[in-house]
Amino acid sequence: MMGEPLLRINDLVVEFGRSRWSRFRALDSVSLDIHPGETVGLVGESGSGKTTLGRAVLGLAPVTAGTVAFEGRDITRLPRRARRELANDIQVVFQDPYGSLSSTMSVQEILTEPLRASGIGRSDSIQRVRTLLDQVGLPANSGQRYPNEFSGGQRQRIAIARALAIRPRLIVCDEPVSALDLSTQARVLDLLRQIQDDTGVAYLFVSHDLAVVRHLSHRVAVMYRGQIVESGNASTVTRTPSNPYTQRLLLSSPIPDLNRQRERRMSRSMLQPQSA
Amino acid sequence: MKDARLVTGHVSTVDQAHAASSRPRVFRRLLRNPAGLASLIFLVVISLAAVFAPLIMPHDPATIDIHAVLASPDATHWLGTDGSGRDVLSRLIAGGLVSLTAAALAVGVAAAIGIPSGLIAGYYGGFFADGATWIVNLLMALPGIVVLLAVRSVLGPSLWISMAIFGILMSPAFFRLVYAAVRSARSELFVEAAMVSGLRDSAIIARHVLGAVRGPIIVQTAILASITLAIQAGLGFLGFDDSTVPSWGGVLTDAFANIYRQPQLIIWPSIIIALTSVAFALLGNALRDELGRTTTRRRGAKGQVEQTSVTRSASLTPLEPGVLLRVAGLRIGYPNSDGMAEVVRGIDLEITRGSVHGLIGESGSGKTQTAWAILGLLPSTARVFAGSIQFDDVDLLDRSAVSGVRGRRIAYIPQEPISNLDPSFTVGSQLIEPLRSVLRMSKRQAIARSLELLARVGISDPERTFHSYPHEISGGMAQRVLIAGAVASNPDLLIADEPTTALDVTVQAEVLDLLREIQQDSGLSILLVTHNLGVVADICDHVSVMKTGQIVETGPVEQIFNHPSHEYTRELFGSLIDEDDVRPTPEPSPSRSDLAVTR
Repeated sequence: MMGEPLLRINDLVVEFGRSRWSRFRALDSVSLDIHPGETVGLVGESGSGKTTLGRAVLGLAPVTAGTVAFEGRDITRLPRRARRELANDIQVVFQDPYGSLSSTMSVQEILTEPLRASGIGRSDSIQRVRTLLDQVGLPANSGQRYPNEFSGGQRQRIAIARALAIRPRLIVCDEPVSALDLSTQARVLDLLRQIQDDTGVAYLFVSHDLAVVRHLSHRVAVMYRGQIVESGNASTVTRTPSNPYTQRLLLSSPIPDLNRQRERRMSRSMLQPQSA
Repeated sequence: MKDARLVTGHVSTVDQAHAASSRPRVFRRLLRNPAGLASLIFLVVISLAAVFAPLIMPHDPATIDIHAVLASPDATHWLGTDGSGRDVLSRLIAGGLVSLTAAALAVGVAAAIGIPSGLIAGYYGGFFADGATWIVNLLMALPGIVVLLAVRSVLGPSLWISMAIFGILMSPAFFRLVYAAVRSARSELFVEAAMVSGLRDSAIIARHVLGAVRGPIIVQTAILASITLAIQAGLGFLGFDDSTVPSWGGVLTDAFANIYRQPQLIIWPSIIIALTSVAFALLGNALRDELGRTTTRRRGAKGQVEQTSVTRSASLTPLEPGVLLRVAGLRIGYPNSDGMAEVVRGIDLEITRGSVHGLIGESGSGKTQTAWAILGLLPSTARVFAGSIQFDDVDLLDRSAVSGVRGRRIAYIPQEPISNLDPSFTVGSQLIEPLRSVLRMSKRQAIARSLELLARVGISDPERTFHSYPHEISGGMAQRVLIAGAVASNPDLLIADEPTTALDVTVQAEVLDLLREIQQDSGLSILLVTHNLGVVADICDHVSVMKTGQIVETGPVEQIFNHPSHEYTRELFGSLIDEDDVRPTPEPSPSRSDLAVTR
């Protein structure tokens, strides 16, 4: 029944640097599918290319080769106008809830902006903002306040509300909880899950934290040096990985349980060492 | 009908909120700023006088009274008359309109050219930016006054033309400001978020980018207005203004021509020009202060470096055997708008010799403040109200004593390894420096010891790392270097503030291994500040849980992890993301492989 994927990334290559000599290959023929309503977790360490992949889907990274297709339509290199129209379908939640919200705009303005850009009238937008605030669990009077009056977790809720505003089909979540406190992390992840169950939106969920990815993803892909080294069902990849790098990643994440962490440390010391 | 009214009423309040930007708040604060308020009142009075000049002028500014040439101030001519017998007060009031409008013209032209071109060049870059920058450099190289004099001789003595030209000459001031601000705003996340939201470039520039550069533009406008007034008066003074319209510069010129016959005449135009210029400059400064305050929110009260008045419960008592550090009843506060904000509210902490003590808590719990207090590195605005910090036999609240042990017996590892290394020196020179100054080693000894230390922290090629610059090594390597520096003096206590938070998990595991190994070899104590319970489980022997400035629970790690007694600790463990909670694949997978794997 799943048929056509919502997003299909095919042999994508992204290179940075102008000259032939200083070129850096951030993505090396990466392929990935995302189906409607599912979460694909993308896990990897810094420099693995996971963020670049998210940005390439959003049209924010220079694609050297390969294609990104949304509902069968090639969106790899869209002109500005077509990319703007695509905003109705693909949205983003960034890592840093402090940098991604303009501090001079009220929450109301931040949330109405994408609505007005997609041609929704003023009074309808105001109505929609009220629904959105309710959906992400913020008080109804939040609209008149400014981002700096909110905590990190609340700001991330505002960013999620902005991404949801025009009912997209896919949201790219780039480390959406890694700047948040532990207790807030879990709540924001639950919110994302709840929203997915309610609206059927698909997530491309980028994170360095295996535990976070495991919590939200149906399927997981592990990136290392610009390539996907392992992918599959979330439980398989995040519990019994077959790739040595994924194994090392799993055993390196400390677990807040004394006995299990001791076991993890032992198993890790069995793996062949690899210097930082 | 009533319903309809209610609805419109509601919409309009929402609209008001919608329209309310941070401007009014800045404006209100500006009124509370003494310099801002004074200059604003002065400028408003001057502008009103200029606008309503025909109503308040006691005489016609052009009427010549040949019976009263160069009259001293009296009841009819309050400020006297000029060389042609015209009333000086009336000419100053009328001249205000001309001078201020001319200044507005110059600043307006400068803004009209500089701001849009700066926005476009900054946002799109490319050829336009290159060309515009070239022209701007050319304009800046031109001597302004000379150009104005040349223009005057070609186009005639019109004040308006020369001010428009001056506006063009000033446009680089706006261009460069806006260009630089837009370049940096361009890479801000909220601009990218707006692009993804499907906004047109024009809307992004108008709302997000311009919002970010608005503050500096307002400040620059006020400062340029001040400069323009001075230049305008200077031109008038040189005799290059338009003598057919009254202006402040013109009044000044006339007064200077008659300085020997009626010296007091020079005072009035000088005062008015100087005051207005100063008022614009002060307004600019006040605006910059107030606009800066919105972004940085709250800065501690300025210059409030008070002597720490510690109410110590008792003088130093010897610590129990086995205890290395004792913090007792420590309270730390910062001054804010309503008095003092207490960030550490009476904590007790004991670190035993040879143990790893974890200090856990969420952001804002005061854990880093505690670490800083032990290191004697609290910012100068911080105040220690009460309590004591005793390290062995040293009182760490005594500033002179703490500098004796810091770097020798107490070492520190920071959170951001890379930013704690100076990019302009090699790793080696940064390692040698403390060895030579603190441990008084010779250069050769220090080099040998540094290489030994680098090898000790598991760096495979110590020579190469020694000669590298910080940007040439990875974050994990940088943290190893900092650990090497920290343990160089064989300290008794190592304070590590989130030492692995900025690192990748695989690197984090290795750095924790290294810390554990060093701790076991040398028997030092570690105070590990972290928010990560996994890290605590990995390395700590004892744990203290901090919440809003207080330690709610402390004890051996087994006790805290297996039987947390305080509600907050339980909550903390409860909020952990459950390892066993994996989402099932939503629908049975289709026949084809649903996730393509490369190679």
